[in-house]
Amino acid sequence: MSAIPISPVAEPWRLPSRGRVAMLALITGESAIFTIFVVAYIFYIGKSLTGPTPLQVLDIPWFNTICLLSSSVSILIAERQIERGKMRGFMMWWALTIALGMIFIGGTAVEWHKLIYVDGLTIRTNLFGTTFYSLVGLHATHVVVGLIGLSLILIFTLTGHVKEQHSERIQVFALYWHFVDAVWVVVFTVVYIVGR
Amino acid sequence: MADQTLPIAGSLDVTPQRLSRAQVLEWLHGWVVTVDHKRLGILYVVYGIIFLLVAGAEAMAIRIQLAWPGMHFLSPELYNEMFTMHGTTMVFLVGMTILFGFANYLVPLMIGARDMAFPRLNAFSFWMTAFGGLLIYYSFIGGFGLYGMGAAPDVGWWAYAPLTARAFSPGHATDYWALALIVAGFGTLGTAINIIATALSMRCRGMSLLRMPLFVWLMLVTSALTLITITPLTAAQIMLLIDRYLGGHFFDTQAGGSAVVWMHFFWIFGHPEVYVLVMPAFGIANEIIPVFSRKAIFGYPAMVAASVGIAFVSMGVWAHHMFTVGMTSVGNAFFVLSTMLVGIPTGIKIFNWVATIWGGKIRFATPMLFCLGFLFQFLIAGLTGIMLSVAPWNWQLHNSYFVIAHFHYVLVGAIVFNIFAGIYYWYPKVTGRMLSETLGKWHFWLFLIGFHITFDTMHFVGFLGMPRSIYTYEPDRGWNHLNFIISIGGMIQGIAVLIFAWNLVQSYFRGRKAGNDPWDAWTLEWSTPSPPPAYNFATDPVVHSRRPLWDLKHPEDPDWKYEA
Repeated sequence: MSAIPISPVAEPWRLPSRGRVAMLALITGESAIFTIFVVAYIFYIGKSLTGPTPLQVLDIPWFNTICLLSSSVSILIAERQIERGKMRGFMMWWALTIALGMIFIGGTAVEWHKLIYVDGLTIRTNLFGTTFYSLVGLHATHVVVGLIGLSLILIFTLTGHVKEQHSERIQVFALYWHFVDAVWVVVFTVVYIVGR
Repeated sequence: MADQTLPIAGSLDVTPQRLSRAQVLEWLHGWVVTVDHKRLGILYVVYGIIFLLVAGAEAMAIRIQLAWPGMHFLSPELYNEMFTMHGTTMVFLVGMTILFGFANYLVPLMIGARDMAFPRLNAFSFWMTAFGGLLIYYSFIGGFGLYGMGAAPDVGWWAYAPLTARAFSPGHATDYWALALIVAGFGTLGTAINIIATALSMRCRGMSLLRMPLFVWLMLVTSALTLITITPLTAAQIMLLIDRYLGGHFFDTQAGGSAVVWMHFFWIFGHPEVYVLVMPAFGIANEIIPVFSRKAIFGYPAMVAASVGIAFVSMGVWAHHMFTVGMTSVGNAFFVLSTMLVGIPTGIKIFNWVATIWGGKIRFATPMLFCLGFLFQFLIAGLTGIMLSVAPWNWQLHNSYFVIAHFHYVLVGAIVFNIFAGIYYWYPKVTGRMLSETLGKWHFWLFLIGFHITFDTMHFVGFLGMPRSIYTYEPDRGWNHLNFIISIGGMIQGIAVLIFAWNLVQSYFRGRKAGNDPWDAWTLEWSTPSPPPAYNFATDPVVHSRRPLWDLKHPEDPDWKYEA
């Protein structure tokens, strides 16, 4: 667009970033998927014909939640760092984000292991099992996809391919991670607070 | 990418000879790996037209079976597969692909851009959609699962629970259906994201939002609506697969699940889907009607506002498909009123189209004929829609042929008519040659007559109580002759579509050369050569009004003087 030498149009021509627009559109679509799963979860609360019930088996994952939510802060700091060209700081905060995400996923794995082997709750046990594993699993899938993306960016940063001029793209990807964190607030509230 | 084929095309001009095997492979390879929005648009539309013929043939089979009581043209099992595949194919593989193909081809050209915002995502989306279509049709041969049952999906395109449960639909047919729609759904989602990013971020200088051609506006609104309508279907399909494969209980009534929840989830997708299909069709009419009336569109801002209004209202009307399921009277009243509300923005649109034609210098070329047919039929479709939105009327006629007639009036009478109009209008741009007007007139009149014989009559068998999706009926119901007439109308439409297909093929080789701007139109795509080069515009265009080519052709009386 900037190739036009002399423009007859006086006003400056600014358009929104296509990456940001597309990521926001993707987030809108993903939100609709989560909405359907959340609605199903809420609708089926207390409708299981057999146990175990959420109150019997679910412990509130405070530590996991704090880790995941603080990863949103660490990625925000990483965004600021790359914007100012501080690549070392960016790399450290980015790695911390990955570590926090890994802790969250590890915590989910421990929780699921306990639910399956100690409490005997699987996806086919009852409606609670079906909706719980679907909703939390859908979110965990998004965390895993996010972690893969974050790790790829870290690898490219280590090999020197990510530079200051990529800060906008980094911010676009970070939008996705913020979305994953924000969805967890909803899932956490519905599953561990309202549903218990 | 597309540039790679250029040296070969150039060398062919010099020494015309038979294409060697390597050249054919090179040509094929060029189409498979292309990321050019124009080529992908063509792929979408060709893919859609092929499936239009397939799903049309399925409709013919259904009509032969129903032409007379006690027919055994199809077996009962095959009949269920036919109406399921007809519906699924027409909605997902014909409507969506052709309309998104139009968007792919036209949106960048209309806003003066080089390509879509994300060309590779664009190619990915097309091949996902294409793979989804192949997957669902592969079920005809690969669907045999447990107990030797299955073949193609046979649960209806709405696939109500609990029929879709493992116990009632053994085999893999239903799994193919669910998986294919998830795969195609991801493709659709990718395209929708791409169109939104393109329309918002790729506009040429001066192309402010309120100067965008209405087709681009309609595609922008449609894509935004797609984001929140296709995804609930994807979510519901994932739940269905969890039920079928992992033993989940979402729709398993014996374990406390609810079949009605599936209905809600399906129609939260299913009703807005109608608007996802019809709004691009509105967009096509918005481009064609002004050009063939030689007037600027009447009430441009009102058209934009009405489109956004339709998108919003359409999200809150889904349960009008479920009046007979039983809801509270508050629920009934809400969905009756919200459904009637759709009539206001669509009424505004019809008013504006009529006002655009009013006093214009009308040219009755084939694209305009199809658009006029659309206007008339869409009005009737809207009126029967308001009738069906009244809950007591709906209790009487739900799941009857009256409903079938109503939604075919929308899907065929409005959407397919506008798709045909669009193909006649833009074919010269895409191929450089005009479609034959003679064959076009034959196509239009035969299709119009066949359409009205079929779908007008369907209203009456509906009144007489004929339910949808039945294999056959008893001779003493009084439906015999009407059904025979409906089937005759269907055959006439089939012949018309074959004429159209023939027209597409023979005009490609023998059609009159079109030139850049055969219709004397006003939007940017007509300023490029036909077919447009891979780079679209040699210099980035600059736009001063809603009709840039009018400004160019009439420098003494440009539009921007009058636009606010």
